[in-house]
Amino acid sequence: MKLDSKIPAGALGDKWTEYKSKMPLVAPNNKRRLDVIIVGTGLAGASAAATLGELGYNVKAFTFHDSPRRAHSIAAQGGINASKNYQNDGDSDFRLFYDTIKGGDYRSREANVHRLAEVSGDIIDQCVAQGVPFAREYGGLLDNRSFGGVQVSRTFYARGQTGQQLLIGAYQALSRQISLGKVTMYNRHEMMDLVMVDGKARGIITRNLLTGEIESHSAHCVILATGGYGNVFYLSTNAMNCNVSATWKAVKKGALMANPCFTQIHPTCIPVSGDYQSKLTLMSESLRNDGRIWVPKKKEDAVAIREGRKKGIDIAEDDRDYYLERRYPAFGNLVPRDVASRAAKTACDEGNGVAPTGLGVFLDFASAIDRYGKAEVHSKGLNASDTALITKLGTQVIEEKYGNLFEMYEKITGENPYTNPMKIYPAVHYTMGGLWVDYNLETNISGLFALGECNFSDHGANRLGASALMQGLADGYFVIPYTVGTFLSDEIRVPTIANDSPEFLKAEQEVKDRVNNLINNNGTESVESFHKRLGKIMWEYCGMSRNAAGLEKGREEIRKLRAEFHDNVYVPGTADDYNPELEKAVRVADFMEHGELMMLDALDRAESCGGHFREEYITDDGEALRRDAEFTYVAAWEWDDVQPILHKEELEFENVELKTRSYK
Amino acid sequence: MHQTKLEVMKIKLKVWRQKDNKSKGGFETYDVVANEHMSFLEMMDVLNESLINDRKEPVAFEHDCREGICGACSMVINGRPHGPSTGTTTCQLHMRHFKDGETIVVEPWRSRAFPLIKDLVINRSSFDHIIQAGGYVSVNTGQAPDGNAIPIDKDLASTAFDAAACIGCGACVAACPNGSAMLFTAAKVSHLNLMPQGKVEAYNRAKNMVDQMDKEGFGMCSNVGACEAECPKEISLEHIARLNRQYFSSIFSGG
Amino acid sequence: MKWLTNFLTSSIGRKVIMSLTGLFLIAFLKVHLIGNLQLLVNDGGESFNTYAKFMTTNPLIKFISWGLYLLILLHAVVGIMIYLKNRKAKGVKYTGKQSADVTWASKNMALLGTLILAFILIHMGDFWWKMHNGVNVNLYEKVSTTFSNPIFVGFYVLAMIVLALHLWHGFKSAFQTLGLNHSKYNPIISFIGKAYSIIVPLAYAIIPIYFYFNR
Ligand SMILES: Cc1cc2nc3c(=O)[nH]c(=O)nc-3n(C[C@H](O)[C@H](O)[C@H](O)COP(=O)(O)OP(=O)(O)OC[C@H]3O[C@@H](n4cnc5c(N)ncnc54)[C@H](O)[C@@H]3O)c2cc1C
Ligand code: HEM
Ligand code: HEM
Ligand code: SF4
Ligand code: F3S
Ligand code: FES
Repeated sequence: MKLDSKIPAGALGDKWTEYKSKMPLVAPNNKRRLDVIIVGTGLAGASAAATLGELGYNVKAFTFHDSPRRAHSIAAQGGINASKNYQNDGDSDFRLFYDTIKGGDYRSREANVHRLAEVSGDIIDQCVAQGVPFAREYGGLLDNRSFGGVQVSRTFYARGQTGQQLLIGAYQALSRQISLGKVTMYNRHEMMDLVMVDGKARGIITRNLLTGEIESHSAHCVILATGGYGNVFYLSTNAMNCNVSATWKAVKKGALMANPCFTQIHPTCIPVSGDYQSKLTLMSESLRNDGRIWVPKKKEDAVAIREGRKKGIDIAEDDRDYYLERRYPAFGNLVPRDVASRAAKTACDEGNGVAPTGLGVFLDFASAIDRYGKAEVHSKGLNASDTALITKLGTQVIEEKYGNLFEMYEKITGENPYTNPMKIYPAVHYTMGGLWVDYNLETNISGLFALGECNFSDHGANRLGASALMQGLADGYFVIPYTVGTFLSDEIRVPTIANDSPEFLKAEQEVKDRVNNLINNNGTESVESFHKRLGKIMWEYCGMSRNAAGLEKGREEIRKLRAEFHDNVYVPGTADDYNPELEKAVRVADFMEHGELMMLDALDRAESCGGHFREEYITDDGEALRRDAEFTYVAAWEWDDVQPILHKEELEFENVELKTRSYK
Repeated sequence: MHQTKLEVMKIKLKVWRQKDNKSKGGFETYDVVANEHMSFLEMMDVLNESLINDRKEPVAFEHDCREGICGACSMVINGRPHGPSTGTTTCQLHMRHFKDGETIVVEPWRSRAFPLIKDLVINRSSFDHIIQAGGYVSVNTGQAPDGNAIPIDKDLASTAFDAAACIGCGACVAACPNGSAMLFTAAKVSHLNLMPQGKVEAYNRAKNMVDQMDKEGFGMCSNVGACEAECPKEISLEHIARLNRQYFSSIFSGG
Repeated sequence: MKWLTNFLTSSIGRKVIMSLTGLFLIAFLKVHLIGNLQLLVNDGGESFNTYAKFMTTNPLIKFISWGLYLLILLHAVVGIMIYLKNRKAKGVKYTGKQSADVTWASKNMALLGTLILAFILIHMGDFWWKMHNGVNVNLYEKVSTTFSNPIFVGFYVLAMIVLALHLWHGFKSAFQTLGLNHSKYNPIISFIGKAYSIIVPLAYAIIPIYFYFNR
């Protein structure tokens, strides 16, 4: 299979504009005759559904949630990037493009990323017009903050709830189209399969989660915006219901899965506290601006802390190892996510972890409190030797900056992070991999498009903070409304697609069989237990650091687990009823196959880059070793149960020079 | 792996079980061994895992983000929506707020406009309908002026944000003795009507959303204030007063 | 006119009826109280009887009175309608026992209101009916005999407690309904409301007690 990325010719900065002005369009009277299915109503899906509805297409939108407003996008905290240069600090489309390419460790496509930067400003305008309450300065203009890995302030935010506010904006735009009759909304409908007719994506099979009814829905094309697959690791910061099933079903129909092993592990999450846990909580990256990360130097201190005999504050300054500051003096605590995560793992692997499980490091604000306190005392002309006063004032400053995060931490752990350093540990957070798409966001299946986190397109091997929201909305508001025309303009003569053709009937039957097999399996082990076991395998062999032997072993173990699952899983309840256990079972089954592909991809990629760290490929001083000569490609996998097939899309860099990232 | 000793708690759970909307429901009592570090939902997970192991149907409840933002979780705990802690969703509630040996009563949201689906799961589509009636700014993609074209007073933006913080969980309705959705509707109307972008359609929005709210079968607000007290995002009653004002304006102005 | 009927049948419209009629009744209570306080003037009922005579014969006052009866009925009828609709909207009640920190009165306005209605009926049957159907009744004497009966005194005092509770929530609520909620003025409204709902019923209650112990 030849992978054609369909990148338009021309200079990097002109490609999109020129392409847009020449691409085929669909006339308004024809749009009315064309049906579009959109699966997923997170940022990417809701924005696409709203916009395509506005343009006049007949849109059918699907989500397994009870309302579009609950998609996982709602949970994003930090912010959204845009190259507005409102701060006059030298930002530009090119700089945002460059930072994203570099941050992604040179494993993404130049043209796509530059387009992302070009439309980023429009996203902010659109959201403001919808009434998204972004943070503002006293003059009434939009405020910005800076985020990891970049030197400009380009992140727009809405307190710690940026994702929520953006999603509400898109949801409202979508609601308007629903009320106008341009979008038909199917809540609590889970896509169970993709249906292809004559080689084109023409519909989906869904399960009504309330009644269990299996339904066929047809359209001229299908757009997937179904989010990321971080939950393959069981424990992650993703919402509990995030899953890979929709994209995986597309893969089983021939779509390619690109770079599945690229997962992002976020360094600042609240550590696991017990075996009963099923979800991890992210603490915003912004904390690293003021927090210092350390572990005890002496093992006996670490043990004492783990056993609760000592606390962080009991350890003398000289007995602490501020390992990021020590190893990366130039960036210190502000190294990128992947680097910070790996360093924490190393510290804990050496036996110096501080959480009861041994997996946790301190994030300490004492220095910052002291520093801010002294500055306050100085600027207010108060007694500079009153340490209690300094601590009090310093604490106030910290509270102003991070109060809500500290409160959240205290709610969860029951510990006061102002007096005791926080404990944090890395956790799975985002998946850069996803369905392979070309410049039009179309997969290799004609008429099947993928948007948002579920495609692989823009973040390479590592995503920068605040770029996922940007990408989801770029795809939905400003890219797909144009590029879908490249496919649909050839479809205007095709009448409504029937949903009772043999293709649909067959797919329906397969879904019913699959569901019934699970319900009637009558094994002895719960779905949850299998998911947990899968997660352990994934984390052990395909987690923060990987090696060939482990990946081979991991793949084998997953295959064994998969067999055991289909043999022994127990799904209570019935198929024609509201049954969350059944929903979970369907998803876990797909995670198992997808997990295997991740192992395979990680094995193939014999280099360390971005979130993918192979122990065999390190520099002399232990840092990641990227191998550009051999691996500057997108690995796009075609599924095969025995041996998946690798297709490569070579990446060409014409506008940036490939450099080794160094944070020393 | 090192594991410190966790405070073990024995809990008696009285949970509402109901197969579907048509069946009759009732309470079932279960013993659960939890520990104080667990979140309430993790305790429910433990219960469900043991029910499944006994080959019984687990308790159906809704949840997703488990960090207090998606608004899916919805349990009335000992009579209080989202439990005893203020400003907290069910998923953010931890067992350390309960006592060893305690009996905890768990019920679904109760309101006619939130029909029950199963056990603790209810249908909140009525909220979506209220939004569809006018909870948006009528701007098509691509029509927007520059984001900084209209400066917005910081305090105003901040008040709008306070309203926009609503997560659509429905605890306000669940808490209200009248089953009224005024706090939710008011939060949504306030968010948009306070900002210049939303002003153009402000009166129609208020009118249409209230009318839809009435159609959905919610009760009427008697200004009891239980909604504000139980709202996990602490949305203020001031927004209800504002909605009332805007509703009057929509009635007594124009044609 | 459709807009008006639409408004008056909407949830907020009905609330406005409650609020405006409620506020009118609050105003009436004050006027009525000032009149009744003349019972306490130590002149054997002179001034009170003159006042009562004026109140029952002056055509303007008569007109206003019938308006008052109507508004009481309106307030009561709409109040009961709201109650019935709300009970249906709530559906099943919770078994769990705790609840948020809200006043008992706010949740039981209809009960309190019905008790007040019962009081008003009995009260009017006693005083007003006699006044309007008897010839030249000495109302002062009538009041005086009524309040020599401890059962009536107790009944009035209890009724005033009920009234106080209704007002405790009602006063402030009426302002909220009209959209008058502002963080600057709320404390003032709230203070006046609480003061009113204690002082007025208390002053009413003093009259029967005073009569009982002083005649
Ligand atoms: C805790 C956290 C914080 C984050 N913070 C930030 C941040 O500050 N900035 C940033 O840029 N990014 C952040 N991210 C990442 C970002 O939130 C996500 O990548 C992004 O929101 C994904 O959007 P999406 O529209 O692609 O998918 P989602 O929002 O996940 O939506 C997926 C949709 O697909 C539907 N769906 C899925 N499968 C099916 C199916 N089979 N059938 C029917 N429907 C289906 C779901 O119901 C849902 O509607 C954060 C992520 C996490 C976990
Ligand atoms: C002198 C007597 C009365 C006074 C001064 C009075 C005053 C008030 C006031 C100020 C309110 C608040 C209105 C609002 O929330 O906007 C109210 C509410 C109410 N009143 Fe009365 N009232 C009186 C008698 C009655 C009677 C006789 C009844 C009924 C039988 C009644 C039933 C109610 C009810 C049910 C409410 C709550 C309405 C709601 O749900 O908002 N009241 N009253
Ligand atoms: C203890 C105190 C009270 C006394 C001594 C008292 C006395 C009287 C008397 C003598 C009358 C008949 C004369 C008239 O028509 O004006 C009357 C009428 C009336 N009273 Fe009272 N009253 C008291 C409390 C109340 C209260 C608390 C209410 C309301 C809740 C009330 C409501 C009325 C009404 C509605 C009428 C008929 C008014 C009219 O026709 O204008 N009274 N009262
Ligand atoms: S107003 Fe509060 S309680 Fe009501 S839906 Fe919104 S967040 Fe939930
Ligand atoms: S509790 Fe109910 S009565 Fe009104 S103030 Fe809140 S909606
Ligand atoms: S599960 Fe999302 S708010 Fe509780």
